[in-house]
Amino acid sequence: MSDLIHPDAPNPPSEIAAPDARAALHTRRAFLFKLSVMLNAAVGAVLAVPLVGYLLGPALKKGSSTGAWIALGGIDDFPVGETRLADFRSPVASFDDGDTAKTACWVRRISQQQFQVFAVNCAHLGCPVRWFAQSKLFLCPCHGGAYYEDGSRASGPPERGLFEYRYQITGTSLLIHAGDMPTLATQASCSKPKPLTQISPPATNSTSARSEWPA
Amino acid sequence: MASLKQSAIDAYEWLERRLGLIKPLTAAATHPTPANNASWWYVFGSAATVLLLLQVVTGILLALVYSPSANEAWTSLGILNHNIPLGWYLRALHGWGSDFMIAIVLIHMVQVFLFGAYKFPRELTWIVGVGLLLLTLGMAFTGQVMRFDQDAYWGLGIGASIMSRVPLIGAPLVHLLLGGPIIGGATVSRFFTLHVFVIPGLLLAFAFVHIFMTLKHGVSDWPMPGRIVSKATYEREYHELTEKTGIPFVPDAAWKDAVFAAAIVFAVMACAFFFGPFGPTGTPDPTIIQTVPKPDFAFLWIYALLAFLPTSIETPFMLLVPVLVIVAMLLLPLFAAEGERHWTRRPVAVLMVSVIALTLGIFTHLGTYTPWSPIMDAWTSAPIPAKYLHNRTPLERQGALVLQDKQCRNCHSLDGVGGQRGPALDAIASRMTEDQIIRQVLQGGGNMPAYGNALNPAETKALIRFLMTLRGDNLAPAIDASRNLTRVDSPPQPAAPASKAP
Repeated sequence: MSDLIHPDAPNPPSEIAAPDARAALHTRRAFLFKLSVMLNAAVGAVLAVPLVGYLLGPALKKGSSTGAWIALGGIDDFPVGETRLADFRSPVASFDDGDTAKTACWVRRISQQQFQVFAVNCAHLGCPVRWFAQSKLFLCPCHGGAYYEDGSRASGPPERGLFEYRYQITGTSLLIHAGDMPTLATQASCSKPKPLTQISPPATNSTSARSEWPA
Repeated sequence: MASLKQSAIDAYEWLERRLGLIKPLTAAATHPTPANNASWWYVFGSAATVLLLLQVVTGILLALVYSPSANEAWTSLGILNHNIPLGWYLRALHGWGSDFMIAIVLIHMVQVFLFGAYKFPRELTWIVGVGLLLLTLGMAFTGQVMRFDQDAYWGLGIGASIMSRVPLIGAPLVHLLLGGPIIGGATVSRFFTLHVFVIPGLLLAFAFVHIFMTLKHGVSDWPMPGRIVSKATYEREYHELTEKTGIPFVPDAAWKDAVFAAAIVFAVMACAFFFGPFGPTGTPDPTIIQTVPKPDFAFLWIYALLAFLPTSIETPFMLLVPVLVIVAMLLLPLFAAEGERHWTRRPVAVLMVSVIALTLGIFTHLGTYTPWSPIMDAWTSAPIPAKYLHNRTPLERQGALVLQDKQCRNCHSLDGVGGQRGPALDAIASRMTEDQIIRQVLQGGGNMPAYGNALNPAETKALIRFLMTLRGDNLAPAIDASRNLTRVDSPPQPAAPASKAP
């Protein structure tokens, strides 16, 4: 602290060792200066709380609050046995997201009432996978990840299968639960069944994908 | 005339008496420096500074028009390219200036490393320099996001996917990076803030400290074999050398810096003029999935590396190795503060630079043509070479059709055309037996998916028949050597057909 008072002192005060020189460091002014530094530290600390809170805002948001059910269209748009690209506007989009709020997904209709809805994002590093109906594979253009028609990993760098959205059929329309962009850590809205009060999801097809969110 | 000169001197005196900066700055600029470092090898740091200033100026000019919003960024780039007079040229200057700056900063770093200039008393100058390198790369990455196109969008997806691999706090980190649950307006805003306020502010501050320390300790003298750096004697020796051989930095040494900086800026101008701005590529609409995202040149080697890491060590590698590399660079001058400076006495240093440069070069080269990626349209755009269809049976030709229809060509080439993810099939039957090919096609393995579910028996039969005809220049077909060992009852007759059980 004494450095603050005598930054240009030729020697450290301890080497002066003269009693009156040491006493000079404990004057009323020196005390007041130290006090004012502490006052600023306290004000700064209090100020930092809202600033840091604002900065960390997106990270502190609870995962359960993101995501909603959204309609992909009528189930008749998806013929049984086929896998088709569908898109929707993200339910968590913000006012200035523009085209980036549009989201694509692969819808595989296994039977009349059985679907699988995959995120286009590769489980490796998020690039958009493409479906090849003839070889029944999803292929990723970035690093060559490949997945079978049921989304399970076929080959390449991904360590798991494609991310799957939960879905339900209401009347004749297909709904999926979408929120976070799916990554290894933010797949909660895709794969973790969540008890809903209004809409009960009887047909949810949750996978065994592990959930990273704290309960 | 004399009175005019006198009034100019008076004006200078008036100004300097109040400002007080001109004399100390002049003294700093004309400080004596050992004559042996007035060399063309010592010009990279000042060129990097000049490029930084060029980036600041062109960046400010671009910000006059650019709209940092996910909704409008891509459109405003188009406006800059096509509607604003010389907007394309400013974008080109900024883009090429960025590439040149990364290159010059790296060359500067290699030069300082090979010349041992990071040793005592310049350790902290090196450490701040490492910070400048990271900030420069940070500018390059955030700048790539500013060019908000498909590559930027999916590049952010890759960044978020890497973040998501951090244990425990992966999800909050992804949200912090993106500013929300998805890539969107908040993402562009925060990358704009980083690119325009935060990183440039740090970059200028770090550059100031870096240059201040260079002035304080003097530009390092030319290394000589056998002239050992020792903390006890170096500063005295440097001082004596400066006394004996010193020349004023400005103008005697600085003219080389000035010439080189001018040449570099001219090179940026020429590249910008002849090659134009980078992109933007397609609109950042994530429902357009017919895209092959690729990072900018400076990050191609990372993109390539991520294709080769084994799945089991990928996450630890991604998260730990960058930290270790940065820590190693920061600690280097603390562990090697003394000793030989000349490269001929530091074989390990030379070897390190060679290996690292070669590695980065190879991975960057691989990143330019991505042999690991399937070629998505090869199955419809690359026909079977006609020579592979001559003298083939109908069944074999049917197999060629299956090969094409099942997208095998996306990963396998024939006659040099097609994907390179899997091996070329031109001579496959001379390497693998029929049984091995059947097993590989149906069950997959290695990097190949299993096609058992995508092929019916008839298709499989036809495909295998065709593949068995691919033997290069009529090489002998592969044989299973163990077959002959099991047939002890019959004499070894290579031409004898294998007897099938009834």
